[in-house]
Amino acid sequence: MSLPRYPGYDVLHKRNGPSWNEPTRRAVDARLALPREPRFFDARQWALLNALCARILPQPADRPPVPLAAMVDAKVFERQGDGYRDTRLPHLQDAWTRGLAALDAEAEARHQQPFVALSAGQQDALLTAMQQGMLHHPAWGGMPPALFFSERMVHDITGAYYQHPTAWNEIGFGGPAGPRGYVRLDSDRRDPWEAAEARPGREDEAREANRRVR
Amino acid sequence: MDALETPRGRHGRAPDVLRPGAWLPMREYPQNEPVDFVIVGTGAGGAPLACKLARAGFSVVAFDAGAWWRPLEDFASDEAHQAKLYWLDERLCDGDNPLKLGSNNSGKAVGGSTVHFSMVSLRFRPEWFKSRSLLGYGVDWPLDWREMWRYYREMEQALKISGPVTYPWGPKRPRYPYRQHEVNGAGLALARACDALGVDWSPTPLATLSAPRGDAPPCVYRGFCVSGCSTNAKQSALTTWIPWAVRAGAEIRDLAMVGRVETGGDGLASGVHYFREGRWQFQRARHVVVAGYAIETPRLLLNSASARHPDGLANRSGLLGRNLMVQTNNAVWGHLEEEVRWYKGPPSLALCEHWNYEDRGKDFFGGYCFMSQGPLPAAWVATQTGNHGLWGQALVDEMRHYNHQVGLKIVGETLPQERNRVTLADEHDQYGLPVARVTWSMGDNDRRLVAHALDFMGRGLDAIGARDIWSEAENTCHLGGTARMGFDADSSVVDADCRSWDVRNLWVCDGSVFPTVGGVNPSLTIQAIACRTADRIVALAARGDL
Ligand SMILES: Cc1cc2nc3c(=O)[nH]c(=O)nc-3n(C[C@H](O)[C@H](O)[C@H](O)COP(=O)(O)OP(=O)(O)OC[C@H]3O[C@@H](n4cnc5c(N)ncnc54)[C@H](O)[C@@H]3O)c2cc1C
Ligand code: SF4
Repeated sequence: MSLPRYPGYDVLHKRNGPSWNEPTRRAVDARLALPREPRFFDARQWALLNALCARILPQPADRPPVPLAAMVDAKVFERQGDGYRDTRLPHLQDAWTRGLAALDAEAEARHQQPFVALSAGQQDALLTAMQQGMLHHPAWGGMPPALFFSERMVHDITGAYYQHPTAWNEIGFGGPAGPRGYVRLDSDRRDPWEAAEARPGREDEAREANRRVR
Repeated sequence: MDALETPRGRHGRAPDVLRPGAWLPMREYPQNEPVDFVIVGTGAGGAPLACKLARAGFSVVAFDAGAWWRPLEDFASDEAHQAKLYWLDERLCDGDNPLKLGSNNSGKAVGGSTVHFSMVSLRFRPEWFKSRSLLGYGVDWPLDWREMWRYYREMEQALKISGPVTYPWGPKRPRYPYRQHEVNGAGLALARACDALGVDWSPTPLATLSAPRGDAPPCVYRGFCVSGCSTNAKQSALTTWIPWAVRAGAEIRDLAMVGRVETGGDGLASGVHYFREGRWQFQRARHVVVAGYAIETPRLLLNSASARHPDGLANRSGLLGRNLMVQTNNAVWGHLEEEVRWYKGPPSLALCEHWNYEDRGKDFFGGYCFMSQGPLPAAWVATQTGNHGLWGQALVDEMRHYNHQVGLKIVGETLPQERNRVTLADEHDQYGLPVARVTWSMGDNDRRLVAHALDFMGRGLDAIGARDIWSEAENTCHLGGTARMGFDADSSVVDADCRSWDVRNLWVCDGSVFPTVGGVNPSLTIQAIACRTADRIVALAARGDL
């Protein structure tokens, strides 16, 4: 099956309609206005984080990217914890600082270059090894690489992406839905304010329907 | 975010959460005179108890560490923003299967976790109250199922549960007070899977309105239930028991973290120390009820140790904090050809309780139900990265199938094990209190149950033509245990009335009193027990036994 597409759908077109209330507008506006400069990470960490985001959540070149690194930086800077911590992981800020340093140390050990200088293939190989718990550099300081990978790195980067309207457009999610909600609940029944999926050869119909989403 | 900074329940008034900008008059009690009951926590356990005791004429002050939200004005349709409803203070998790808490497990708000629960309102199977004697596992409850079924009925009426006319499983029950909700595409996929497997299914009994009720409108199927309901269709404690309690004369103190239950020279509880408006204060009380849920309740009682109670309050048996249970929350997922758009409507509009009531063909003790699913994008990506292990382009592509996705997910019983427990860690929170260390390891029986469920549900998805089916092997939800009720002081923390065996004016009224958890979501049972406890308190008072 080819991947579903929603040409021309933009959840932000509903911003002033009955699917968004005032708290929602405030919350999403604040997210879109997030500072793009890091407040927690230093220059070297910032470059590394950006490189990581490009591998963990690759984005198409034909639209403005979701500022993933900035969103992660905000979370770490503001110490937005998850309400639980595996005892093998240090606190949010320490985990990130140590994890990034360890990843660079691994890159230097393997390729005598920092992570950002590696090819995409080399970066992915290193990340795969990390996911599988096959990295053992002392820079990890007892923090299990696989746990940092899933519970911290991938969790924080992908969690940031799918709270951004651009991601909602990509997957055809209806987005904010209060107070209006939805009417048609059965499968293959679209409310006029939902994303229209393109049928093969009938892209324009979907684009037209999506233009009317309010 | 005003509600997180300044208490709303003070100066003799409380927010009227059903009407924008409106207030209700609220009684206030002085701190230096003992009130009849202090209740710590205002969720599924604390809120109905506060309401019922106030209605019976007792003076009641209930505390909650969380904010007093006005859903109509404060709630966004946004998963990330609504994290403000979760208990996000640090907790440490270890054991073989460290738990994931936060969004998944507990709330911090007036109304407790019910503010962001998914409203599934189920009764226990009658035999579970005697699972040791009748089914051969776990421990018996000191409660009789017939009495509990009367309380379930009362809860369903009080909350106007919407549900089917006839329910396929268990002893006959009357029809639900409000009509069932329309079943969405995700729920109908479950129905087709059940038909193919030859088992019954049902529209889920839900605590969200299918018709107007007073100032509350019916559900609009916006699907953000676990991020909080901005329309007030959800019958959470925040929109039901709490306003009823205020009207009955209870005082609710929001943004009030209780740090310690004080005990006097006689060993009895004398009141609580709580942090509110920047300082520690003390409220005197004749009785203290702890209703903070299965982690915070034992934590508070352990943190209240004194010379007379060196191991914490109500812990003579050594069982306080032990027998922590979760429910397994595993799922199978796949894509359908059709556009399902599972984000529409409450997440679990259809369910199957077959394996709660059928014991033949099982190689494990206990039961599970399974329900249709509708996770929003942030919750869904956490599933894809956590259990599926996806990242990179593979993740992006898989997420693109969002509108075609279906899933079946269990609420599965786990057995009580003493090694699974809540203790105090060396770290401290923002109030200077030791944080909870939560230790949980899956048992062999728990694993067999999950394997059975994944196999069964996987066959169901296969039968309806789902593609790319995969199993989410690790996930848990609801908590229980840690202050279990029982028949005697050696083998339990509280008696059938939720009264501590050791400190007779100390009570526990929340999910921690469960001796076993069964295979259904807990909140209806927690509320039923709370209402029973209130009736028992009234009866005990009448005969001078309080
Ligand atoms: C996402 C999600 C979905 C769920 N879906 C369902 C469902 O569909 N059906 C169902 O039956 N159940 C569901 N549950 C579970 C249900 O919400 C809980 O089991 C139930 O609310 C627990 O009730 P409780 O009274 O024990 O605790 P809670 O409802 O959690 O209330 C405890 C309250 O105590 C307060 N508190 C704790 N310690 C202190 C202290 N020291 N001082 C002051 N206040 C304190 C907390 O802030 C909290 O508000 C769900 C839970 C979640 C998180
Ligand atoms: S789907 Fe219904 S219950 Fe859920 S948040 Fe929306 S209105 Fe409330």
